[in-house]
Amino acid sequence: MIWVDTIVQGILLGGLYALFAAGLSLVFGIMRLVNLAHGDLIVMGAYLILVLVTLLGLSPFIAVLVAMPLMFALGWGLQKFLLNRTLGDDILPPLLVTFGLSIVLQNALLEGFSADSQRLPTDALTTASVQLGSISLGVMPLLTFASAILVIVGLNQLFYRTSLGRAFRATSDDAVTASLMGIKPANIFAVATGIALIIVTIAALYLGLRSNFDPNIGPARLIYAFEAVIIGGLGSLWGTLIGGIIIGVAQTVGAAINPEWQILAGHIAFLVVLLIRPRGLFPRAHD
Amino acid sequence: MAYTVQTRTRASGIAAIIGAGVLMALVCLPLFASRSLIQDMFLILTMLVLAQFWNLLAGYGGLVSIGQQAFVGMGAYTLFGVVILGGVDPVAAILFSGIGALIIAVPTAFFAFRLNGAYFAIGTWVIAEVVRLLVAQWKTLGGGTGTSLPREATREMWFVEGIETLFGVRSAAARDILAYWLALALAVATIGGIYWLLRTRRGLALAAVRDNIEAAKSVGVDAVRMKWVVFLTSAFGTGLTGGLIYMQKARISPDAAFSVTDWTAYVIFIVVIGGIGTIEGPIIGVLIFFLLQSLLADFGSWYLMTLGVLAITIMLVAPRGLWGLLSERTGLHLFPVRRRLVAPKTSET
Repeated sequence: MIWVDTIVQGILLGGLYALFAAGLSLVFGIMRLVNLAHGDLIVMGAYLILVLVTLLGLSPFIAVLVAMPLMFALGWGLQKFLLNRTLGDDILPPLLVTFGLSIVLQNALLEGFSADSQRLPTDALTTASVQLGSISLGVMPLLTFASAILVIVGLNQLFYRTSLGRAFRATSDDAVTASLMGIKPANIFAVATGIALIIVTIAALYLGLRSNFDPNIGPARLIYAFEAVIIGGLGSLWGTLIGGIIIGVAQTVGAAINPEWQILAGHIAFLVVLLIRPRGLFPRAHD
Repeated sequence: MAYTVQTRTRASGIAAIIGAGVLMALVCLPLFASRSLIQDMFLILTMLVLAQFWNLLAGYGGLVSIGQQAFVGMGAYTLFGVVILGGVDPVAAILFSGIGALIIAVPTAFFAFRLNGAYFAIGTWVIAEVVRLLVAQWKTLGGGTGTSLPREATREMWFVEGIETLFGVRSAAARDILAYWLALALAVATIGGIYWLLRTRRGLALAAVRDNIEAAKSVGVDAVRMKWVVFLTSAFGTGLTGGLIYMQKARISPDAAFSVTDWTAYVIFIVVIGGIGTIEGPIIGVLIFFLLQSLLADFGSWYLMTLGVLAITIMLVAPRGLWGLLSERTGLHLFPVRRRLVAPKTSET
């Protein structure tokens, strides 16, 4: 029974990793940009929520609603004024600029908030759990998982049901032709990164509620997100959720065997998938 | 009269003479420099070597790796392993460092070459993390907390006694001088070796693959083999450097030896600021890096922020770096690799 419990906890943890990964997947899908600062943006989001909570005395769940438009604006500006300038055939500029951004963000957070680890304030709801047979499920992990599913459903609706989504898909397929049809790829990219940062903010909420965070944990979140995207197959959002779940289950099972193996087990699961299915479990895009 | 192909220019000839002079001065540096200057120079030279190898990968091979710390750390741990467990002399153990790095480079390449472009970058990073976590499990070498080189090994290291009597210094200072000379030799061999590689047919093939892989394949360049050659060469060199760095430090821990900031972020900034895809770039970059470090030493994280902003700005404004700017304006090449057709003297026709 302990194993069932471990695996269920792993699946729910996978929801968190899918939230980390969804923004990365969205940006990559539309503009083939891998944002190496993604993990640090999640951590920054967590600090932003923390600041709103402490300054305005808001509940974290309300603070996240205030943080979302701010993060959208940041993402929009970041893409419009910085990252758009790096896009092109050469893969070096986007990689090196986002890597530089990652280091700048980490150290700016370190300067502003010190290396002390922080946590968003929790209340009765966040520590509550529900009993399901012999398994006790935390409300927080359940909420995280539900949010991940909502985000993915929402993104799929956005992609396939709205004119913005049509513009996203058109630009992703062929930016030049899309621009002939009156779409401005630069603006589409900016909106996409803005939306990615809204998802980042949601991920940041759960990161901050569930565990401690400090300015240095960003790169590890980027790596989990990346592994989830690759396992799922580039361009498939549901695949990304499955990828997150595989990493989550591998980590909790690894930790159950030996606490030191938690992170290692996740990485090894990723390498095994890469070995067997180099293009991921549900490949769609040809990249 | 035949046309001839040559790469040498007048500037490169002058540069070679100046370079030889600088090299002589650097060899003699321990005669008059203080111990702290020798230590600084050791850092500059080792960072230069790391930067040259990353530049070979990314600038010439088009393989942007964020996992160089895997080879630094593996090289360093191999050195500690063969010294502590095998009783090998630390100086000789440096060679094993290169081999240790090669051993993990083969599976790394096998996995990472399945990923393209940006995903290759994060893939190398994941593998570096895996190696770090595995090494942290190695209890005989201190596990997660690390270990030190045994005192007997560092005291009885080759050449150290000779340097002690030659310069009349204590053992610790003699070890620094030895490490400095080894770093200098490694830097010269690296720059010389890369320059030689770029001027051979392989170098031409490499440039062709970087510029247009399809076109290169169509004229018979084996692109996959070139990737392997570059990746393994770079891993070997990075491993040697890692071994040397930790031979000098004499103390190791997984978090320090596999630090992405120290062994990859700094290196990337050095290359980008100096000028990617040139041999001169990393030399300029490492000098700016240390200049900034000494200026901003008291400001902690501001230093890394400045480096990051500088690198971003340069990538956007002048993607070929500072050396690229200079070279574009003046046409100057100290390490020319471009083959030029030299016409026969017209007076004889």
